[in-house]
Amino acid sequence: MGTWFERQRNIIDFTLSSLVRRKGKNLSLLLVYTLLVFLLASVMFFTHALRKEASLVLQGAPEMVVQRMAAGRHELMPGRYLNAISGIRGVSAVRGRLWGYYYDAFTSANYTLLVPGSDAPVPGYISIGSGIARSRLTAPGDLISFRRYDGEPMVLTVQEVLSSGSELVSSDLILISEQDFRKLFGMASGMFTDIVLTVRNAKEVATAAGKVQKLLPDTRPILKSEILRTYDTIFDWRSGIIVVILSSAVLAFIIFAWDKASGLSAEERKEIGILKALGWETSDVLLMKFWEGAAVSLTSFLAGVLFAYVHVFFTQVVLFEPVLKGWSTLYPSFRLVPFISPYQVATLFFLTVVPYTVATIVPSWRAATIDPDSVMRS
Amino acid sequence: MIELRDIRKIFNAGKPHALTAVDGVSLIVNDRAVTVLQGPSGSGKTTLLSVVGCMSRPTEGRILLGGREITSLPERFLTEVRRTTFGFIFQQFNLVKGISALENVMLPAYPLGEHHASLKKRARALLDLFGILPRESSKAEWLSGGEAQRTAICRALINDPQIIIADEPTAHLDTKLSHEFMDIVGRLKSEQKTVIIASHDPLVYGSTVVDRVIMMRDGRIEAAGQ
Amino acid sequence: MILHPAIIALLVSSILISSLVLYALWYGVQIIRFWDLRSGSSLQLDLERRTYLISTVLAYVFGFQLISLFLLIYTADSLSSLFTGAMCAAGTFNVNVYGYLLLVLKVMNFLLAGLWLIINHADSRAYDYPLIRKKYTFLLFFAPYIVLETVLEVLYFRGLKPDVITSCCGSLFSVNASGVAGDLAGLPAVPMQYAFTIVMIATIALGSAVAATGRGGYAFSLASAAAFFLGIASLISFISPAIYELPTHHCPFCVLQKEYGYIGYLFYATLLGGAVAGMGVGVLKLFRSIPSLADILPSMGKRLAVLSVLFYAAASLLTVITVVRSNLRW
Repeated sequence: MGTWFERQRNIIDFTLSSLVRRKGKNLSLLLVYTLLVFLLASVMFFTHALRKEASLVLQGAPEMVVQRMAAGRHELMPGRYLNAISGIRGVSAVRGRLWGYYYDAFTSANYTLLVPGSDAPVPGYISIGSGIARSRLTAPGDLISFRRYDGEPMVLTVQEVLSSGSELVSSDLILISEQDFRKLFGMASGMFTDIVLTVRNAKEVATAAGKVQKLLPDTRPILKSEILRTYDTIFDWRSGIIVVILSSAVLAFIIFAWDKASGLSAEERKEIGILKALGWETSDVLLMKFWEGAAVSLTSFLAGVLFAYVHVFFTQVVLFEPVLKGWSTLYPSFRLVPFISPYQVATLFFLTVVPYTVATIVPSWRAATIDPDSVMRS
Repeated sequence: MIELRDIRKIFNAGKPHALTAVDGVSLIVNDRAVTVLQGPSGSGKTTLLSVVGCMSRPTEGRILLGGREITSLPERFLTEVRRTTFGFIFQQFNLVKGISALENVMLPAYPLGEHHASLKKRARALLDLFGILPRESSKAEWLSGGEAQRTAICRALINDPQIIIADEPTAHLDTKLSHEFMDIVGRLKSEQKTVIIASHDPLVYGSTVVDRVIMMRDGRIEAAGQ
Repeated sequence: MILHPAIIALLVSSILISSLVLYALWYGVQIIRFWDLRSGSSLQLDLERRTYLISTVLAYVFGFQLISLFLLIYTADSLSSLFTGAMCAAGTFNVNVYGYLLLVLKVMNFLLAGLWLIINHADSRAYDYPLIRKKYTFLLFFAPYIVLETVLEVLYFRGLKPDVITSCCGSLFSVNASGVAGDLAGLPAVPMQYAFTIVMIATIALGSAVAATGRGGYAFSLASAAAFFLGIASLISFISPAIYELPTHHCPFCVLQKEYGYIGYLFYATLLGGAVAGMGVGVLKLFRSIPSLADILPSMGKRLAVLSVLFYAAASLLTVITVVRSNLRW
């Protein structure tokens, strides 16, 4: 066993020294390799962090939301539906929600107006999300003018700006009192946008949903789990699309790596010939090539992952934001929670190191099987 | 003892530009003697040397080393035989550029998994024996002709082989260094080693150290000498 | 298909590996047809050089198979949230018929690759490549399974359609759809514990006998194969519940998660290692009549036996510790 270690150590020694001797050639390979890992890792870290963020936020979301449908579109919910639902066994709490969208011509943005379940602002006042505050340069105490459903203006005072704790959701949010909401949108009292409810026993959510559907056939219950699933899929899809796009980069990299590995200079060829002539077996040279590849892969992989980590979590992904967040004028700005799992590392490994290794197997072998004889006759 | 039976080596066999480098050579090389293969370039000396030294396999014929047939051994075993039995000194020395003289000497032993420190000690002892220890850390390309030659000799001796093979060792040396080389050969002989040299340098084949001169021409032996 | 990066990674590497194996196979066929050690012809020399390429390729395949096996399980686990009723990887594999088939094939290919490498190692230590044709015929036999694995992987992933809300209808999957809960019912726990103990002791004993005397190789080999299957079955039956401290949770994939200290990896590593080494002993015994291997095989067999015994001993120890420390009582 000792000899095995010593053999590896000796060969690694020689491998590293020959890598350093051919700095120029290896440097370009290292740079490209690192770049590739960096790109892929950035995408993966970013989407994963976003996904985590979203799921954390959604944890506070209601178990089930019931919406009324008419001709395939979302309709307002009459108050009597509330009573009907609270009669279902297993439902512990029912609440009608008031929320809607408001298009602001001034900033060409869509705001979400919501009457919170508790601690709603007093009539005349609103709380706005930080995205809105930024785009309108509004501060607490300022006034915002809205256009009511009947065309008349309605002026409300900003009482506070929502904290940037979870900008992902609250960036374009306006909290408003029920009275003002109904005045703004002309919604009659007793009508709600939708209903949220909690079920006593978590396992019973699905059954409760079924009961709701039966009871009120023109409604659709939406479960939190379904929302989470949809979000996950979208994030997966988006990051997947980018990976697919980057696959052309991976392909180019494979060709590049293969070319580098095959392009042995006369000097390198001679060196291997000498080694063979001195008594190195083909398997020894193959081992040397293996360690060469391992050293290059390891360095590039670590460097790429490190840079990607810094890129995503310290510089907030300066390069990719537009694509992944979706085009919108209101831009949430938030710090992503650094998160990296061994699973991501394994995926990266398969997307980068495996193609590199495969590309270099045959060239390495060709190098290792150089005839020592050729050295004698040079 | 090395025995060659009817060795033939043909390059690019079956193709129009096939070349028969060695054409039916039968030979016995004795132990603890200095044998010289003499002949003009193209006579097949170098090819024969590489076949004798287990560096290439003959197209036809058989080789026996100490009575054991090694002709069709797989590369793995051939290399092992070569590593332990033979030490090579090439015409161009063929030191690996970019690494030190000391590392060059240690190179053949790397795959054997010897403890690095003890290997280093052995290598330094050899360099000392040949008087080039002060140059141990110099890169190979900075060594003078004589120093490079001696480094190549040390490298050939690192695995303590029984047989030393040298191909045109004096081709790039002046008279003084050539004489020095033959002195070293004499030393090796007195240490019970077998030496086989291919050369067309009169200084080599005319030396008193040499026991036997074999003349070659066109891939065949002309005179077996004694 | 779900465009998850890990899925892309798995598919890409699977395709690459299959291509490599087919490339190696092409030369393997040449070797079967034209190999002649005594000839010094350039074709023979070329074939000898190729053998190095093929063994290198297969060594990589072996390594990648192992890692991709775990990546597959990890992926399945991470995708489980997209399917109603799927709580973990077990559910995801159940989504379509290819899931478990793929998993089984992956394990099988890993074991086969390991066995090939063992045969290859023995072959290279002999001075006349005695097993050359046999081992490439073996390759011919098992290469299709690698390709099949890639095919299954594609089919499996294509068949994964997540249960997400569609814009208009928002059908309720939980109620209307039938879940894909992969409930792995285990075999009854207490009998399994006895079976596990008996088989492990037998395997270790036989293995030690082989290591000491060199006899009983076939028996040991069979025992180690049995130990592998039993080990997996035990994982499902009583080891996993012991780890989760939940008698109804039989999933052998959740043990790979961080919550349980990644202990699943230890179990799988020791079982797989013990299986490859143990089965290798039996395979090598098949060739003991070949003269050039006469010196090599006994020592190789013994070493493999020792390795296998160590692995299974570790697995047993791990099992005992887990069951004893667990708060679950049967």
